[in-house]
Amino acid sequence: MSFLPYAVVGYVAAIGLYGVVTSRNVVHLVICLSVMQSSSYLLLLSIGFKDHASAPIFADVPVGTRAVDPVVQALTLTDVVVGATVTALLLALAVQAHKRYGTADPRELRPERR
Amino acid sequence: MSDRVRMRVFAVAGLGLLALLLWGLWGLPDFGVYRGPYGDILNRIAVPERSTTDVVTAVNFDYRGFDTLGEEFILFSAVVGVTSILRGLRGERARAPEDEAAGRRVPETSLAIRVTGLGLVPPTILIGLYVVAHGHQTPGGGFQGGVILATALLLTYLSADYMTMRRVGPTWLSELAEGMGAAGFALVGVSGLVAGGAFFENFLGKGTPGELLSAGTILVSNFAVGLAVTGGFALMLSEFLQQTLVRRSGRQRRARRA
Repeated sequence: MSFLPYAVVGYVAAIGLYGVVTSRNVVHLVICLSVMQSSSYLLLLSIGFKDHASAPIFADVPVGTRAVDPVVQALTLTDVVVGATVTALLLALAVQAHKRYGTADPRELRPERR
Repeated sequence: MSDRVRMRVFAVAGLGLLALLLWGLWGLPDFGVYRGPYGDILNRIAVPERSTTDVVTAVNFDYRGFDTLGEEFILFSAVVGVTSILRGLRGERARAPEDEAAGRRVPETSLAIRVTGLGLVPPTILIGLYVVAHGHQTPGGGFQGGVILATALLLTYLSADYMTMRRVGPTWLSELAEGMGAAGFALVGVSGLVAGGAFFENFLGKGTPGELLSAGTILVSNFAVGLAVTGGFALMLSEFLQQTLVRRSGRQRRARRA
């Protein structure tokens, strides 16, 4: 079943995207976007995985022990940081949108007529 | 756009995305089979070359240090973005929450929460510092430890109130930490350029792998990033929590209802 982790990647991305499209609340929408983004963590880590290998930490195992790819793990850290900043920015926009329009429903957020 | 139209557009776009995703995933090697050479090379050379037992940190703060500088400034600009989006609008006033509901006072924080919350602050700071300081040996580092350190500030909010949190961690202090940390990390890169010849060159003594004072500039970078992340997250938390105090003036409320 070597394709199963990739299937989970597709599934997590799909439910996240479905949530974004059908969302009735901007906070819920932002969380759905984070769910969708977490599929990219899983994809990165799956690509670097090796059978019967440990983490690339050689604190108590000798160098040369079979370990997974550290590069994609470092990229995942970047991904997590970017995800956190995007969530924070979108939530700040959600707060201000709610102040302006008095609603958190994305369907009712429309540009003002001048 | 009505809900039905939206779902139809989504169905078409979703099918296209599914096809693209399947096509992309099809070309990947089987799960558990790793082909790329870089991970294996780094796992072999990072420990003797950089004296770090955590290869992920060696990649982040040394081999890929330039990218992590970009990442740090993504965080920096996001913090600037959040503070400028959440800046005070015209007609907004900050007020303590008990002023709002007439005749109904905000219940006091219970003693159990107060004691547990404040008791958790020192261990949280200790764990945060530990994670920052040992990033080059075990999983952790500046980003992870910085978030834990900012949590200590959140604990003071939970166990007391917003005003106490502002006294413990005033905005100017968070701003200073964020700025100094980000500048310090950039300075590590420039120092490498001056001392060694390449941006982010690890020019300090490497020491013995597994010891606290080892890994050269990686340790310094971790502390700089830890400071920046602590300041950045503390600033963002403080900005979001301040929104709970903001009250709109009567004029703005009428405009909203109309």
